[in-house]
Amino acid sequence: MADLIKLRARLKDGVTEVKALMNHPMETGRRKNDVDEVIPAHFIQLVTVTLNGKPVLEAQWGTGISKNPYLTMRLRTAKLGDRIGLAWHDNKGGSNSAETLVEAG
Amino acid sequence: MNRRLWLKGLAAFGLAVLVTPLRALAAVWNKPAFESAQMDGALRGLGIVQAGPTRDVVLIAPDMAENGAIVQVEVESRIPNTEAIALLVEKNPTPLIANFMFSNGADPYVITRIKMAETSELKAIVKAGGQYYTVSRKVEVALGGCG
Repeated sequence: MADLIKLRARLKDGVTEVKALMNHPMETGRRKNDVDEVIPAHFIQLVTVTLNGKPVLEAQWGTGISKNPYLTMRLRTAKLGDRIGLAWHDNKGGSNSAETLVEAG
Repeated sequence: MNRRLWLKGLAAFGLAVLVTPLRALAAVWNKPAFESAQMDGALRGLGIVQAGPTRDVVLIAPDMAENGAIVQVEVESRIPNTEAIALLVEKNPTPLIANFMFSNGADPYVITRIKMAETSELKAIVKAGGQYYTVSRKVEVALGGCG
């Protein structure tokens, strides 16, 4: 699926670990295709992670993040059942978001 | 139409109008920093004039990366009041990889995967209490992954 985000939040010993895997080509704009044409840049520029709607992480990214970006972050303020959200926006105006609940780790 | 409902709707609309520009402002991508082809330009774009060395930032990356397209990096700051962590690769076509800004109880900690064009210094720069701190480590890249 082109628009999939895998998002998981697990609470263990007071720390909630949020793991995300986003499907995105992360094209740098420097690669060429088989017929030597430059593939236009297409990459995520902004990722926001929220806890019950409040931002906890705002990440700005360049073209140096690997294809299908992976992210782990940690929170000490989340409780079981809290809502964790993740949204990304790319340089072409594309975006996607996902939500999950904090579960026991 | 019920007056209360109408007012509620109006209030919600007003809030949406107010909130939208704020969100858009927060979402401004730091173009000069990310598009700079030089380390100096990237740092200037981030507003970093001076970053002192520190032992309180842990930067974990492989000494030797087989494939520069996927290099896993883990960074953790133990400096109190850490607000942001930037990742930079000196010899990439555009050195600035990412800038992570933490709020509302997030640990100053991330793991992500980055591209490295060639063997280079990998830097993490931490912003804490208006000051900047840096750690650096060399990562050997067998096969460049920047394309």
